[in-house]
Amino acid sequence: MSLQGEGRGDRGPHRMVFVITQIINGIVFGMLLFLLATGLTLMLGVMRIVNLAHGSYYLLGGYIGYSIAKVTHNFFLACLGGFLAIGILGMVIYKTILEKRFAREALAQVLITFGMLLIISDLCRWIWGGTPLAIPKPSLLEGVIHLGEIVFPVYRLAMIIIGILITFFLWWFQEKTKYGAIVRAGVDDEEMTQATGINISLVKTLIFSLGALLAGFAGVVGGPFVGLSVGLDMEILLLAIVVVIIGGMGSLWGALVGALLIGLVDSFGKSLLPELSIFTIFAAMVIVLAIKPSGLFGTK
Amino acid sequence: MEAPLEALVVENLSKQFGGLNALHEVSFRVDPGERLAIIGPNGAGKTTLFQILSGMVAPSSGRILAFGKDITKWAAHRRAALGIGRTFQITNLFLKLTVLDNLLLAMEASGLARYNLFRPVSSYKHLHSQAENILKQSGMWDRRDIPVRSLSYGEQRQLEIILTLSQNRSLLLLDEPTCGLSPEEARGFVSIIRSFPRDYTVLLIDHDMDVTFEIAEKVLVLHFGRVLAFGSPEEVKGNSQVQEIYMGRDDESS
Amino acid sequence: MKNSMQFLGMAILAAFLVLLPLLLPSFYTGLLSLILIFAIFAMSLDILQGYTGLPSLGHAAFLGTAAYVVGVLNVKVFKGCCFGVELVSGIFSAAVVAALLGLIVLRSREVYLLMILMASSMMLWGIAFKWRSLAGGDDGLPGISRPHFSLIAWDLAGTTHFYYFVLLFFSIAAILMYLVVHSSFGHTLLGIRESETRMQSLGYNVWLQKYIAFIVAAMFAGLSGVLLAYYNGFVSPTELHLVTSAEGLIMVILGGAGTLIGPAIGAGIILLVKNFVSCYTEHWMIILGAIYIFTVMFAPQGIYRLFKQLLQKWRPLWKPS
Repeated sequence: MSLQGEGRGDRGPHRMVFVITQIINGIVFGMLLFLLATGLTLMLGVMRIVNLAHGSYYLLGGYIGYSIAKVTHNFFLACLGGFLAIGILGMVIYKTILEKRFAREALAQVLITFGMLLIISDLCRWIWGGTPLAIPKPSLLEGVIHLGEIVFPVYRLAMIIIGILITFFLWWFQEKTKYGAIVRAGVDDEEMTQATGINISLVKTLIFSLGALLAGFAGVVGGPFVGLSVGLDMEILLLAIVVVIIGGMGSLWGALVGALLIGLVDSFGKSLLPELSIFTIFAAMVIVLAIKPSGLFGTK
Repeated sequence: MEAPLEALVVENLSKQFGGLNALHEVSFRVDPGERLAIIGPNGAGKTTLFQILSGMVAPSSGRILAFGKDITKWAAHRRAALGIGRTFQITNLFLKLTVLDNLLLAMEASGLARYNLFRPVSSYKHLHSQAENILKQSGMWDRRDIPVRSLSYGEQRQLEIILTLSQNRSLLLLDEPTCGLSPEEARGFVSIIRSFPRDYTVLLIDHDMDVTFEIAEKVLVLHFGRVLAFGSPEEVKGNSQVQEIYMGRDDESS
Repeated sequence: MKNSMQFLGMAILAAFLVLLPLLLPSFYTGLLSLILIFAIFAMSLDILQGYTGLPSLGHAAFLGTAAYVVGVLNVKVFKGCCFGVELVSGIFSAAVVAALLGLIVLRSREVYLLMILMASSMMLWGIAFKWRSLAGGDDGLPGISRPHFSLIAWDLAGTTHFYYFVLLFFSIAAILMYLVVHSSFGHTLLGIRESETRMQSLGYNVWLQKYIAFIVAAMFAGLSGVLLAYYNGFVSPTELHLVTSAEGLIMVILGGAGTLIGPAIGAGIILLVKNFVSCYTEHWMIILGAIYIFTVMFAPQGIYRLFKQLLQKWRPLWKPS
């Protein structure tokens, strides 16, 4: 996973540029993590489903987007393809496996979804090979912007904007819609929600598919920036999990704050202490847990 | 001559859950050996009170003193070691383990055996013979190898009391001990509880008014988390507020 | 009847394990060594998962840490094997990791616990992966030499001798774990698994019991890490990876959680399948993933229990009336 920031730098007169560039890189990466963490935290906090294949959804979505982009030379079709394909995959997986009785317990889900992770990981390597790939940026978003001394790619700016838009969409969904109200109430209480006449199974399926869809979308959107390679599924799953742990299970705000935090820590960590950058993320997680064991916005 | 130390003193105990006031400024005292019944409609805060007294839930404010010690911030297991024992309204036994295992676990709780990594359970002869006595006395010896979930509900309730008694606690919190029992079984329980020696202090929550008034020497009435009345059974029964809100309607056995 | 059956079964198994190298080609002996090493790993995880009810996806942290400590001491410090020091350091380092991790982690609920443990072991993986100077980075640390006991003329470079070395430690570990699990301490773990709140109200310091179990399990996992380092002759970050933790977990579930011997059987099955399948296809990960899924769907109680249930059913057939 490479995050080469332009203008990364030596200290002294360029320190300001360096800091701002890292901050922006951190926010960009944070947005990507947010897309992933949202699905995960909804699945965990609301549906009590542990989905270790979430990183695999990201990777598979990215690879599918890559293939579509290669054939059609159209980035937006790639995005559409990525998120639809994974959204549908998620729906199918949920209905056929995760909704069943044997998948009730957390441990069962862990093993089942980890099995899926292995299967998808191997399939990806089989189909797309072991060499790292990158999705070409859409021509519309190529190029760089100059803000004073700071230089950074348009594409990353676009990613931030997409992230903000999706944040607003999710906020609207959770606060303003009927389905969002159910999500907030917690879909656990089946009796109660059944009494209100809403098809709870449908809601759960939708939430799971939404999570998967966001992951697949993130895979394509992150393609030009983070690339696609073997092992990325686990790496990004790990980061998404740390985000959820820090932010608190089930909290979208927690996912946002956690994602931005981890994005920034990762960005600064990688450029200042490359050998121990993972350690800085670990340290962040431990500090948060020491202060609030259920995460910043967690409720238990 | 010193006045005997109270077994339990509760001062201005309050608990909020989010916006909900589960308990508000609850205060009362219990003398050693006394039998106190806590009554009140559903949602009055009775189980919350027990949760806080046993240490499972922290109070929002207030103080608890047990046997003269301020236990407000104590962890649950420390309170148990001090002498507070509890039975649960919903059966909370070790369902997959046998009757004997359940009893042994209750008995091992206070010694050093629980930290012994290498000595087999079966080698504790003294513990096993004690357990044998207890089970034989209560007639459960021949059920000792049966997993608890296979016992009848009444037998499970009986086992709960046996476990609590085997631990030599001095302050017992009995949460709906007769819940779900038939009238004869309930009467059996009442006589067991009435036969507890005087070194046990008993706090009892029970919906059955007959059971309650047969055992209680003092009654605490909770309503919406507040103390509505506290006194002897006669005083409480005679309290017009209590009659209005809680008792007068269907129970005429005063 | 039951006890003598078990005793007979154990005796047959022991004889089998001792005699096998004399009957099979050395490839299988080597594989059996690996199986015994992972059997220790899986059994140690069973103490947490099956007996205490603490599922963990980070158990590789202990195996890997011990393996790396052995690697670093062997390759960088002693430039050869100093077995006593390496063994003790390996196990001790695993215990230290558990002691530190346990302080942070054991207050959390089930799902959180699972994820935090997973994240923690992957963090260690990340550190090992990047740390070139000490740990060799993603290349790992090659060149670990096996112990050499001049007094008994035991040359562990040979597969068969190394197998008996592993068998010795496996036997010791298995006996110790058996004792722990059947001790009064082990008894309390069962109670914790069944109902933590009940244990608390009975007066047990549940957190402390879990903490001790955590460290004890980690120490046995550390032992398996030490042996693995000698077996492979190198250490790589894979030993700390989620994949290793997950394999351990599936070995426990497949074999039968809470039985101790089940996970050992599970280790055998998983490693045999991995080895067998990888001869025919390079896509053995798909098969492994499918095994994970099917185990949960069809045999969640584990093979050992399934086997015992079948024995019960067939008992009337061969028991003399």
